[in-house]
Amino acid sequence: MNEKLMGWNREQMAQRAAVDIPDGAYVNLGIGIPEKVARYVPEGREVIYHTENGLLGMGISPEPGQEDPELINAGKKPITAIPGAAYFHHADSFAMIRGHHIDICVLGAMQVAQNGDLANWSTGAADAIPAVGGAMDLVAGVKTIYVITQHNTRDGSPKLLKKCSFPLTGQAVVSRIYTDLAVINITPQGFEVIELAPGLDFDTVQQRTDAILVNNLNKES
Amino acid sequence: MIDKQVESPSTAVADISDGSTVMVGGFGEAGSPIELLHALIDKGAMNLTVINNNTGSGHVGLAALIENKQVSKMICSFPRTANSTVFPDLYRAGLIELELVPQGTLAERIRAGGSGIPAFYTATTVGTPLAEGKEIRTFDGRDYVMEYSLKADFALLKSYQADSYGNLTFNKTARNFAPIMAMAATTTIVQTQRLVKAGDINPEVVITPGIFVDRIVEVKNPAQESKLVAAAVSYPS
Repeated sequence: MNEKLMGWNREQMAQRAAVDIPDGAYVNLGIGIPEKVARYVPEGREVIYHTENGLLGMGISPEPGQEDPELINAGKKPITAIPGAAYFHHADSFAMIRGHHIDICVLGAMQVAQNGDLANWSTGAADAIPAVGGAMDLVAGVKTIYVITQHNTRDGSPKLLKKCSFPLTGQAVVSRIYTDLAVINITPQGFEVIELAPGLDFDTVQQRTDAILVNNLNKES
Repeated sequence: MIDKQVESPSTAVADISDGSTVMVGGFGEAGSPIELLHALIDKGAMNLTVINNNTGSGHVGLAALIENKQVSKMICSFPRTANSTVFPDLYRAGLIELELVPQGTLAERIRAGGSGIPAFYTATTVGTPLAEGKEIRTFDGRDYVMEYSLKADFALLKSYQADSYGNLTFNKTARNFAPIMAMAATTTIVQTQRLVKAGDINPEVVITPGIFVDRIVEVKNPAQESKLVAAAVSYPS
């Protein structure tokens, strides 16, 4: 597992996911690589970003020196608000999430199972301080859940599995996964590969996955 | 005549007693009522149950209240912070209890508590460890978990503006949990940057109507938590 694989880097993974964010969508982006998606949404599309601590219309990071401690995102980082933004309290914010008003949520993952189960909040380790934030609300309520994740952990273990071993965030909630190696849909038949990163072949991706992959590379996604 | 103004943070929190349940507004530092929290540390009420999204940062505000061993139980969604080990250390030592609640369920439990709704069903946590032991019901073919509402004896909140009737407005994402906590507490105590007379806030822009607010204390220049943390300030010093 030591050879350097070709594949997408973090920016390219975000860029690939951004292609699938349609014009007019209300979108919630998780912390980490998902946050980068906003930078790559193709020109000409208008997308409204929701942050669950009470803002629709989240803008880019402020210029240094312009940070406002009372204008932050869910990761508690300083942000800006776009013209046309709206502030609201937490119950309204989570009504947008739990009431199926947000169109797309892009999240990171520790593990994804072939039926769309997601584990991204806890390894279940005995000495861990459990922390869940809004992840369980997002996966239960947002219409479409996309995951961006490395295909394997740092030690090479698969993150795409027959069944998650970590505690779940939600059951059968993920629609599509963007990894450094491939774009994969969750279907009734399991993981379906619809696109490979440059230099990758299907068999290599299969070897890196702990579940049977369906090859759907020749069909339109 | 209605005038909800009190003279100081210490007067505002003077009747918070041992064993009280206290909702504390704020998401991270945005909206954290730091002067009221410090007054509660001075007051010294013990064995508190505190409801907040997080557990504070550094050694000021909510983290300082926890560090001072006044909190026996936290109800929150995300007890970890990059710059605080106060809660994790006490939790690992078995000295503080944690009820972990997903953020949206936390908000809805508080909203329900303030609205006379004893319990409700939500799809959040179905199939996860956080649903264990809870009642499940199926509506239209989907499973939902029953969650009980949350109420408190006191709420400590921060607003941008308040009038003497207790009508409130907020600043940007500092609003977060404050409007729903104001509804869910028996006694709602608000520190505000601007105290004005009734009639000076346009009724169309009032966010929290005064009926949900009991006490207002003006704190014109509240401390900024991140600045205190960056300066390594501890409370009490």
